[in-house]
Amino acid sequence: MNPSGNPIARWLDSDVGYSLRNSPVAIVAAIVAFICLFCALFAGWVAPQDPFDLASLELADARQPPIWLEGGNPKYWLGTDDQGRDILSAVIHGARISLVVGLTSVVLSLLIGVSLGLLAGFLGGWVDALLMRLCDVMLSFPAILVALLIAGVGRALFPNAQTPVAFGVLIVSITLTGWVQYARTVRGSTLVERDKEYVQAARLIGVPQLRILRRHILPNVLGPVLVLATIQVATAILTEATLSFLGVGVPPTSPSLGTLIRVGNDYLFSGEWWITVFPGAMLIIIALSINLLGDWLRDALNPRLR
Amino acid sequence: MPIFLLNRLLQASGVLVSVAFLAFLLFQYVGDPVLFLLGQDATPQQIRELRSALGLDQSFLVQFQRFLWNAVQGEFGISLRQGTKVSKLIAERLPATLELAMIAALLALTAGIPMGVYAALRRGQLSSQLLMTISLLGVSLPTFLIGILLILLFSVNLGWLPSFGRGDTINLGWWSTGLLSIAGWKHIVLPATTLAIFQLTLIMRLVRAEMLEVLRTDYIRFARARGLSTRAIHFGHALRNTLVPVMTITGLQLGGLIAFAIITETVFQWPGMGLLFIQAVSFADIPVMAAYLCLVSLIFVTINLIVDLLYVLVDPRIRIDRPRKA
Amino acid sequence: MSLLEVKDLVVEFPTRRGLLRALDGVSFAIAPGEILGVVGESGAGKSLTGAAIIGLLDPPGRIASGEIRLAGERIDQCSEVELRAIRGRRIGAIFQDPLASLDPLYSVGQQLIETIRTHLPLTEGQARQRAIELLEETGIPAPGERINHYPHQFSGGMRQRVVIALALAAQPQLVIADEPTTALDVSIQAQVIGLLKRICHDRGAAVMLITHDMGVIAETCDRVAVMYAGRIVEIGPVQQVIHAPAHPYTMGLMASIPDLETDRERLAQIDGAMPRLDAIPSGCAFHPRCPRTLERCRRERPELMAAGSTRAACWLHATEAEAEAEAAQ
Repeated sequence: MNPSGNPIARWLDSDVGYSLRNSPVAIVAAIVAFICLFCALFAGWVAPQDPFDLASLELADARQPPIWLEGGNPKYWLGTDDQGRDILSAVIHGARISLVVGLTSVVLSLLIGVSLGLLAGFLGGWVDALLMRLCDVMLSFPAILVALLIAGVGRALFPNAQTPVAFGVLIVSITLTGWVQYARTVRGSTLVERDKEYVQAARLIGVPQLRILRRHILPNVLGPVLVLATIQVATAILTEATLSFLGVGVPPTSPSLGTLIRVGNDYLFSGEWWITVFPGAMLIIIALSINLLGDWLRDALNPRLR
Repeated sequence: MPIFLLNRLLQASGVLVSVAFLAFLLFQYVGDPVLFLLGQDATPQQIRELRSALGLDQSFLVQFQRFLWNAVQGEFGISLRQGTKVSKLIAERLPATLELAMIAALLALTAGIPMGVYAALRRGQLSSQLLMTISLLGVSLPTFLIGILLILLFSVNLGWLPSFGRGDTINLGWWSTGLLSIAGWKHIVLPATTLAIFQLTLIMRLVRAEMLEVLRTDYIRFARARGLSTRAIHFGHALRNTLVPVMTITGLQLGGLIAFAIITETVFQWPGMGLLFIQAVSFADIPVMAAYLCLVSLIFVTINLIVDLLYVLVDPRIRIDRPRKA
Repeated sequence: MSLLEVKDLVVEFPTRRGLLRALDGVSFAIAPGEILGVVGESGAGKSLTGAAIIGLLDPPGRIASGEIRLAGERIDQCSEVELRAIRGRRIGAIFQDPLASLDPLYSVGQQLIETIRTHLPLTEGQARQRAIELLEETGIPAPGERINHYPHQFSGGMRQRVVIALALAAQPQLVIADEPTTALDVSIQAQVIGLLKRICHDRGAAVMLITHDMGVIAETCDRVAVMYAGRIVEIGPVQQVIHAPAHPYTMGLMASIPDLETDRERLAQIDGAMPRLDAIPSGCAFHPRCPRTLERCRRERPELMAAGSTRAACWLHATEAEAEAEAAQ
């Protein structure tokens, strides 16, 4: 253990850092995830073309294959779709939308889930029982069904939805399917921590309950939450992609990777496979690297496996 | 044990009623219930008559009761999109989805469990690590993408298997089955595989994790200390103890197949309930959505109950009461 | 000839902090029918010794060097197949938690019959008969009925009796009992220990009784070995070790047992704590805590040597040992 040295060196020497250094898979996954995140956030600068700017599209360039195939055009590395849109740019922008929706939903469901879990675990009694019942019921239904239902109800309630509303409904539907896991995990940890002596001591001294929750219990329950959040980001992204593929996700004016795949699906049999495959590949890369990171994180933070 | 069963039945009914309540809220308050019951082509006269007959000014509870009564009989009104009775639509589509789900479940179980056992027993070896990596892929790939890739490979490039529809179906009474014809089987292969892959990966990972836990227990250690054969230890003791908790979780997940079928049916244009549901969502076709909701929760709850019963049969700790300590 | 002979056994654990030696040159022997107690604090290596003998070391632990001989033949380098023939049939084992030791999904009878038939060529019916007899011998009432019961239907003490029956089902010559009573009520402990002693005596089986309870050792064992930091520091007849300990650690242990008759204000204790495996002191592992260290203790590690009527690994008895060695020449 390195007691001196700067914080980064110390972290690298810790158990988690050691695990990262010895796991090449995790390192690669982290790098890939980071690259994707970077490209997506700065899509405007990274992508060669703005696929939403209709004026910049040239119909004459439509349906061109990727650059390494016959008929490829060096201007469009991954080919174009039926409207002349550069697939590479569309993929980068689509990734951005997928990531934004995914991350927002995860952050929201984390906030909701952790707060409810803390409350339930700390207060106990009927609050706890009610929450657990709710969680049980929600968990017994597949996420996709819940998300679809909310999307459907959203459509019925707001028939001529504007883009922000559509996004809102989408994010709400994914959020509502994700919070349960956090609530359960945090509640479990809170129950364990609550009965520990340091909490009882704090209570005896008269520390207000909220403070106890925030300063004493919360830091101790964050470990599993972190693992969960990482894996949930991948799940959220995939759920959004699925909903968009099914046509009930993002509005068509802001295509995410799911929408792109859906559009490209129609061209599979006519031979323009690249319109679907590249958005699909991007989706897989993002989801896989996040899952790998989450897996590694869980093993690294699990004291039993060390 | 009877108390246990009674408890479960009560819970099940509770869930069913709650879901029905949700469906009722949908039906009653998102849109016009009278229109749902009569269809778009109803005359103003009919609407007036039904409105007074329904007594929409009656209390909430009474209306809920009526909805429940209708629901139990399968009466959910008329589809906004198609103009036909919802019950008829669902009856037509149910066999397709159930067949697909059953074949997929069979696939997931018969492949997933052995793979999980193998990965646990051969832990640390290359083959098992390979399996785990592939399984990670299975969890990272969304179902619809798997379907598309399978279509790309087997339909577009190789031309071996068809990519949409059910093929020839034969009617056995009310049930239409595609399993009695070669074309039917050819058509079900790709969708069933697509549907099964996600579940298969989950089952495999679950079985592996559980088995690894079991292999670390004291009773396995004691079994080894008694000199029992590896086969007896792994398959007699370890496997059985693994499957008991795995069974419950798997059973519940297989129920989810019905919902996941929504995606698969969309990709392959499989004429089942899932496709119906997604079309209903796009169209905000509330009667169909409400009906689907109730039916699916009925199926879930039934599967849950069956799994609970199986658990009781298999685990002697639940079947036989502990001796009461004086 | 000894039934079990352990010579210079070294068990190591490769960890990312380096190679840890959990057992550092353990040597002892057990005669047929003898009961040897192995006593020491948690982490001293008692259970590891038992696990190493029966070949059940949890990986990454492994036997790095040394010999284990059962009736003269080496067993520490056997293949898994050969070990399986030994386990149960020639060496039996009992672990600490009786509920966790029994598979909850099988009846007690099924587990007994399975063990019996693995090692002895009996039919199902014969094995069942044998199982009922075993249950009766271990004091389970109504064995004909209870043979069909599941582990959770037995109380703690009864379960441990079943475990003893299982360990002895194939008639082993040596039984390794690892803390067999720690998880039981005090009132049951005496019964179970008594049963173990009696049933092994009846069958002529030797016992290696691993425990941290000196009281059990005093009641049950013929000889006792005291372990500290992966080494045996004293070994000898039980009465001698208890009443005339030769090693300062043993003396400290005996002194710390509270006595109803003596009037004392503070409990005696040994200062400090047993060293961690990655920080074992040079020379004699006990020297930092020993009230009677010599300069030699820091430098050289003592082997077991004659010390009165026991053998102790302590330089305080060096002169005596040298004198005896000279006299023997």
